[in-house]
Amino acid sequence: MTKSLRYALLAAVAVTTAGIATTGGIGRANAQDLVFLSTQLRPIEEAQKVREMVLKGAPKTTYVVDEPSPFTVRMKAEVEANKHTVSVVGALHGELQPLVPMGALDAIDDVAAKVASRGIPAGLMELGKLGSGKQLYIPWMQATYVMVVKKDALPFLPAGADVNALTYEQLAAWGKAIQEKTGQRRIGFPAGPKGLMARFLQGNLYPSYTASMVTEFRSAEAEKMWGDFKAVWASVNPNSTNYDFMQEPLMAGEVWIAWDHVARVKDALTAAPGDYQVVAPPAGPKGRAYMPVVAGLGIAKGAPDRANAVALIEHLSKPETQVLVAKELGFFPVVNATLPADLPAGVKLLSEGVAKTQNAKDAMVALLPIGLGDKGGEFNKVYFDTFQRIVLRNEPIKATLDAQAGAMRDIMTATKAPCWAPDKASDGACPVK
Amino acid sequence: MTQSRWLPYALLAPAMVFLGVLFFVPLVQTIVLSFQGDAGFGLGNYGKMVGDLNFGLSIRNTFLLVLTVIPLQVALALAMGLMLQKMTFGRDVVLWVWTIPLGVSDLAAGLVWLALLQNTGYVNSALFAMGLIPGPTAWLNSETPVTLFVAVVLAEVWRATAIVLVILVGGLQLIPKEFAEAAEIFGARPWTRFVKITLPLLKPSLQSALILRTVLAFEVFAVVYALGGRNFPVLVGEAYAWQRDNQNYGVAAAYAVLIMIISLAATVFWLRVLRVKPEVQG
Repeated sequence: MTKSLRYALLAAVAVTTAGIATTGGIGRANAQDLVFLSTQLRPIEEAQKVREMVLKGAPKTTYVVDEPSPFTVRMKAEVEANKHTVSVVGALHGELQPLVPMGALDAIDDVAAKVASRGIPAGLMELGKLGSGKQLYIPWMQATYVMVVKKDALPFLPAGADVNALTYEQLAAWGKAIQEKTGQRRIGFPAGPKGLMARFLQGNLYPSYTASMVTEFRSAEAEKMWGDFKAVWASVNPNSTNYDFMQEPLMAGEVWIAWDHVARVKDALTAAPGDYQVVAPPAGPKGRAYMPVVAGLGIAKGAPDRANAVALIEHLSKPETQVLVAKELGFFPVVNATLPADLPAGVKLLSEGVAKTQNAKDAMVALLPIGLGDKGGEFNKVYFDTFQRIVLRNEPIKATLDAQAGAMRDIMTATKAPCWAPDKASDGACPVK
Repeated sequence: MTQSRWLPYALLAPAMVFLGVLFFVPLVQTIVLSFQGDAGFGLGNYGKMVGDLNFGLSIRNTFLLVLTVIPLQVALALAMGLMLQKMTFGRDVVLWVWTIPLGVSDLAAGLVWLALLQNTGYVNSALFAMGLIPGPTAWLNSETPVTLFVAVVLAEVWRATAIVLVILVGGLQLIPKEFAEAAEIFGARPWTRFVKITLPLLKPSLQSALILRTVLAFEVFAVVYALGGRNFPVLVGEAYAWQRDNQNYGVAAAYAVLIMIISLAATVFWLRVLRVKPEVQG
């Protein structure tokens, strides 16, 4: 090989590798700053508020956001390459879980000791151990799923029904009444590709009827539940399978009654707080189930700047920072903090709705799936597929549940995940009866 | 070794390295990945893929789309190409306008059609204003599979006919005028001239156009995703869902391999059906 050919080859290799290197380096430009990678508060306006307001007073931080799936891949890549750029991670409980088996999270019992006086409930701190016995994340902020009702819908409420204590039968009757009087199907669910329909089925519908998410998946109560839900669906706007964030159809006037995550209805409430009411989701025979959502802050193992990472977590768990987040971003404090009276009207509605949900006398907590690792997506798929088959494609309930229970059992056996609330604790993998 | 012998290799090297690193390696990795599952090396991912409730639907929908869209596009592109042939004034402007969709990304094209066809879209508003519909009408959900399919076909035809057109216009220009003139003298009618002269001589271009369009049509995704989301499952959409939502890379890889096999089969099909004998080639 001649010298020039060697140079040509070298140049080619250099060009291609340089291309790979430049596309791969977020935060490279600010290598001296602390990198805070988050799957939460992603939309550009929210991220800007984090950068300009929430992080004020914290160590100099580059706030980087990513979707859950690339987030996991990125953390895995950093562990495997043993080249760390990210110091602090912020993500939902279920998104932090897959980081445990890959060894991407550092034990932060020292940070837990530092924030001990902030009044984070013990149950939430326990969740932050991710079943490992060591503190792996510090609870950051919380939210839940609520029902938003446009006031136009209230006149059609069935006789005797209390909008703050609805049952699924009443919801179906309400939707039917609206449809008969206005000619439109005005209940909405986020069943689009990026919607959170699976969470509704896991956290609200199933536990309300069966006091279970997994074990009673194909029980007689579950059969009744799907029958009742089909009745609700008869008055659900058919475009629901395209809805990702319910604030959009609410604002467009397509939907009057919507279930969604508080952060995904916030824009509608902020735009016209006078038009809406936020209420607890409906109840079934076993209670009014709801799913609290907890986001946590962890430190990456091998973090380039652990000292400042600790300082950042301390900053974010200060009561005044937490109140600021509630005020500006609609996620609620996990620490002991009083929300100020001058909350924006939309956020005030949400915080009242969350309070109504948590304090309902028949309230039942359904936790986000725990211990599923990277099978979380397939777990959601079981619920969504079941919904698709029974409700959208009209397949027989019993046979579908039997078939889907098989898929559920496979996931539980593969992950060996023990039951979580509201299912009763199990030795070993959570059984599917 | 003299310079003239190694120079071509040196010039090809960057492209080869590029293809090797960014195409061949991932391809092999994908194939390997599709055989790796929870239970070790095997056909587990393929079993899961075939057993999934959307598998049959996505095959059906993808083939239905290909079989509808491709003939429409070829017919349209042929008609448009022949019309261009007859034009003397402003031909370049028309060709230029017709190829505009080529420059639009497929997701953007999908979003454009979504803006037209959704409940609050332009078409709904226009029809409502003319008094033809009583209120916003939904066309793109799971309860309206026919209009959803028509919408996807429309968007695909709008977006990707231009690529067929460009190739066919190139082919039409290569056909010598003398053949048609001779046939005309012998009294051949326009349709006969088209079937007996233009079409056979256009075969090589048709072949390239069909291979390119069919392979791309089997990979249809962004337009369908923008218009129908999960309501109209197609193969690439399923691969995406398994990768992104279900986070099962093995099954996603199995879908990728299946799509590759289908595309290869389609290519072989067109190569054989539209085989051009060497002595006929221009």
